[in-house]
Amino acid sequence: MSAAQTLRRTFRRFDATIIVGVALIGVIVVGAVLVASVGRNFFSDGNIRDILTGMSVLGLVAIGQTFVILCGSLDLSVPYVVSLSSLIAADLMAGSTANILPAVLAALAVAAAIGLGNGLIVSKLKVHGFIATLGTGLIIKGFLDTNYKGTSGSVPWEFQLIGATGIGPVPLSTILMLVIAVLAWLLLARSRTGNHMFAVGGNLEVARLSGIRTARPLIAAHVLCAITAALAGLLLASRLGVGSPTVGTQGGYDLLSIAAVVLGGTLLMGGRGSIWGTVGGVAIFAVVDNVMSVLQVNPFLKDVVRGIVIVAAVAIYTSRVVERRRPRFGPDGRPPGVAADAPDRAEEVRA
Amino acid sequence: MTATTTERTNAEQTSFGQRLADFGRTLVSPRGAVFLLLALLLIAITVLNPNFADPGQFIRFIQRTAPVAIVAIGQYFVIVGGELDLSMGSVVTAQVVIAGNLIGDDAANSLPVLGLMLVFGALIGVVNGLVVTMLKVPSFIVTLGMMLALLGGVLFWTGGAATGNPADEFREIGRGGIRGVPVLDIIPWSVIILAVALTAAIWFGRRPFGRSIIALGDNATTARYAGMRSSLVTISTFVISSLSATVAGVLLVGYAGVHPSVGRGYEFIAITAVVLGGVVLGGGRGWVVGAAAGAFALEALFTLLNFAGVPSTYRDAVQGVIIIAAVAYAATSFGTRRRRGRSETSLRQGGEGPTDPMPDAQPAPHIPSTQRADTTPTKGGS
Repeated sequence: MSAAQTLRRTFRRFDATIIVGVALIGVIVVGAVLVASVGRNFFSDGNIRDILTGMSVLGLVAIGQTFVILCGSLDLSVPYVVSLSSLIAADLMAGSTANILPAVLAALAVAAAIGLGNGLIVSKLKVHGFIATLGTGLIIKGFLDTNYKGTSGSVPWEFQLIGATGIGPVPLSTILMLVIAVLAWLLLARSRTGNHMFAVGGNLEVARLSGIRTARPLIAAHVLCAITAALAGLLLASRLGVGSPTVGTQGGYDLLSIAAVVLGGTLLMGGRGSIWGTVGGVAIFAVVDNVMSVLQVNPFLKDVVRGIVIVAAVAIYTSRVVERRRPRFGPDGRPPGVAADAPDRAEEVRA
Repeated sequence: MTATTTERTNAEQTSFGQRLADFGRTLVSPRGAVFLLLALLLIAITVLNPNFADPGQFIRFIQRTAPVAIVAIGQYFVIVGGELDLSMGSVVTAQVVIAGNLIGDDAANSLPVLGLMLVFGALIGVVNGLVVTMLKVPSFIVTLGMMLALLGGVLFWTGGAATGNPADEFREIGRGGIRGVPVLDIIPWSVIILAVALTAAIWFGRRPFGRSIIALGDNATTARYAGMRSSLVTISTFVISSLSATVAGVLLVGYAGVHPSVGRGYEFIAITAVVLGGVVLGGGRGWVVGAAAGAFALEALFTLLNFAGVPSTYRDAVQGVIIIAAVAYAATSFGTRRRRGRSETSLRQGGEGPTDPMPDAQPAPHIPSTQRADTTPTKGGS
């Protein structure tokens, strides 16, 4: 009994990122056995490429969503931003290689503007993120439905290569996603804005009283979320060769990305979480989806499994006692590198 | 707003004027704003299409809104208790498909299947509530999972296509009504059901149990310290919302027929309506009549856009603008009114309600009626 207690205690102390890693390994093992049972190889190059490709788009959206959820907000407008950016890019490229860069920049700029709008509505007008982004999402949806009847524009071959090529079994799109993940991790761990995001999400009032301008990290998070959603849209455009007004909603990226973020151990109420947990959560989704595809599960039944996996996985985390505050000191009694410069900064602001 | 000026002039008069001023203030307050919005929308519709004011037409409008309003009433209890139910749309769809498949042409099946649907709805609510309270999974995730699983299960069962059409006797609940009524011509059953549901909700909200839902949404920790069986309260809110989705499903079978897309998006429409009705996401604040009025305002908005000849594709965009504006109005006017209780303006979501429910600096006696809408509903100006 005491052994069980210690085990339980060790389990509770585990970082969420480690748990998501363990869960991912568990899912991979079960998946590999299931796939092997129908005489297929889970670890074949083709299958790994499928899984990694499946990760890339949702991964990008979920990385952005992580910022927003860390700040204690939500972004439900992502699927429409995904669709809009794919359309803008494909329309502006119009099949010509020379237009790639301006088109990409335009798509990102429009997305950043949408994110800025979301951030301002949430932080200045004090509208709950759920409602604000539901509203902006509907506005974009209205624009898309009015102006586009179907797929539009065309993407030059060079741009399509991004979605089609890869290094060994690793597709370029997944590498792009991982690069963004590293950048996001650096931002969260090393930058002032990142630390402020944790602070604002943990407790808005305390953050404000500590001298943080609470609006800025919130706005930054929404802008970053919209930009990663736009990157996902660009990726989809390069994969499809055209822009599509329904590509975002078909993917269900709003709710699935939130589910992936929470699956990755980020608290839905903000203040705690990590990018790598999110990537792990997305990987779990991708593996489950892939295994179901290989086993040729009925597509409707897939949704049932997905729903159960989401709830069951999050239930595993919540069985732990979650320390809502980030650790202030490392095991050696010194501030850990992650939060090392946060107290100094806070004092700077106060001085 | 126009009402602000009338309110000011009234305030300079005597006690009657005082009461009028209170009324006006309530009307422009976040809680009352939805009624103002609804009135403006109805007037605008009548101006565009005078036929709308005809009692027969108007009762049809209420009939059309009834399912949304009932879903909003159910969602109100979940939201005011500090949670969120995203599975309502799927519950509506599931019930519609169950009715279509199990009742068939045999009207004798109606009552047993209706009972089964109610049990099934309650069961879904219990499952949602149990996972939220026992496994401590955020309700957003639980009900999202339920939404996916339920919709997938229903579509798997039907093979993705609409099958069956329940007996006309069953569809009569959504379509028919008491005919031959003077002036109105017809009182649809759905209007009666809505009236009953709303009355029951108001009554329930005033019962100790109903108040404990609000207390739980306001501050879960205090509620627990006060000795509340909080899990029971939370589970019951989910049961209420699933049952209201079931009732909406029964009405929609008659009104819209059997199709896997019936009920799609209802969860967001319900949440929009509830928030439009001045209910605070995160719980603890709101009035169930406001939630129902939010549903009517939303439906009136769509009707208005229809009559105004706005392309249907712009409906979503206008809806988006309206909900942002309405909530921004509510949030900012809360902020100016109670600047000292700032922590209340920061709407925290998740399982936690606002931590500081009652700032001790209350400037004027009229505040409690606007602030604690639910505990003193009779004082409200509507």
